[in-house]
Amino acid sequence: MSALAFADPTFESQTAFRCIMRAMSAPGTILACGEALAPPPPLARAAAAALLTLADFETPLWIAPSFPAAVGDYLAFHSGAPRAAAPGKAAFALLDLSADGLDLARFALGTAEYPDRSTTIVAQVSTLAADPRLRFSGPGIKGEATLDVAPLPTNFLAQWAANRAGFPLGVDLIFIADARLAALPRSTAIVEGAR
Amino acid sequence: MNTKGAATGPLTETPEIAARRRAMALLARAHGDELAEPIAKRWPDHDARDLKPVESGLVMLRGRIGGDGAPFNLGEAAVTRAVVELPSGERGFAHILGRDAKKARLAAIVDALWLREASRGDVEMMVLTPIAERLAAEAAKTRAETAATRVDFFTLVRGEDAA
Repeated sequence: MSALAFADPTFESQTAFRCIMRAMSAPGTILACGEALAPPPPLARAAAAALLTLADFETPLWIAPSFPAAVGDYLAFHSGAPRAAAPGKAAFALLDLSADGLDLARFALGTAEYPDRSTTIVAQVSTLAADPRLRFSGPGIKGEATLDVAPLPTNFLAQWAANRAGFPLGVDLIFIADARLAALPRSTAIVEGAR
Repeated sequence: MNTKGAATGPLTETPEIAARRRAMALLARAHGDELAEPIAKRWPDHDARDLKPVESGLVMLRGRIGGDGAPFNLGEAAVTRAVVELPSGERGFAHILGRDAKKARLAAIVDALWLREASRGDVEMMVLTPIAERLAAEAAKTRAETAATRVDFFTLVRGEDAA
C-alpha cells in the first residue's frame, strides 16, 4: 500500500511553508514540522513535509543513494518533482548524514545573475538540539545562535566557510531530525564549532 | 507544463497506453450515474482508497486559430483530479472537467478496475461501451441536425460568360 501525503494539502503545506520560512529567517531555531505525516522509512517526517511543500514539477530533486526506491517513488508521486541526474543540477537534495557523505561543493551554487538557482539541501541527522556545539551569527540572529547537529562530516566547518565565502552564491541547508527542523542559510557564518 | 525537466522522456506509445487513453477519455466524458450504477452493481466492495485528496483546480486552455496558428491562451477551465488505489495495488487516475468530486473519484475507481486484468472485460462491457455508444449517438444526432441546415451554394451563369 502506498503511503499518503498531506491529508489537507492546502493548509498543511502552508503550515509547513511557514515553518520552513521561520526556520530560514531565524537560523538555528528548531521547529516542529510534519508531525502528522507517515512517509516511507527512512524518510523523516519533517523532510517529507519540507519536500512535499517546496518541490514541484519545476524543481529537480536529487536523492542520495542511501535512500531506497520507495522514498523516491513517494516523493515523485506526491510532489511531481523530476529526479535530478546529478547533485549539481538539483534544486533540492535529500541526504541522510548518518549514511551519506556531504560535499557542499558538489551541489548547484547558483550563478552571479541568478544566485537563487542553487540547491537547498535537506539533510537528515540523528541529533538536533540547541546545545552550543556550533555557534553562529548572521542575519536573523540576535547575537549568537547555538545548535548541536550530529553526525556532521569532520571538515564541515571548512566546507561551510567556503560556502559562506562565495556569498551571494552557495547552498542552503535544512537539518532534519524526525519531525523537527532547523535551517542554516548561506548568509549565516559559523563563529565557532567544537570540531 | 515544462517537460524539459522531466526525469523520463515522453512515453513511447504502446497499444496498452493507447487503450488506456481511450478508456480514460471515455471516463472523463461519462455522466455520474453511468459510473455509479455499474460500480454499485458489479464492484460494491472495491475498497479503493484515495492516495491524494480529490482536488479541483484550473487549467489554462490553449487554442490555435484555424487549428495551426500561433497558440494563445483561450481561457481557464475548472478541472477535478482524483487518484485512488485498490487493495491489489492498481492506481486509478481521473481528470474531469468541472467540479464534481464524486464523479472524478468514481472515474478513478473505474480506471483502477480497468487496469486489473480480472475486471477489465467487465469494465469494457458494463461501463465503457455504454458511454461510447451514448457519445456516438449524440455525435450522430448533432451531425444529422447540422446536415439538415446545410446549404449548397453554386454560381449561376454570369452575364459576361453567356455571350
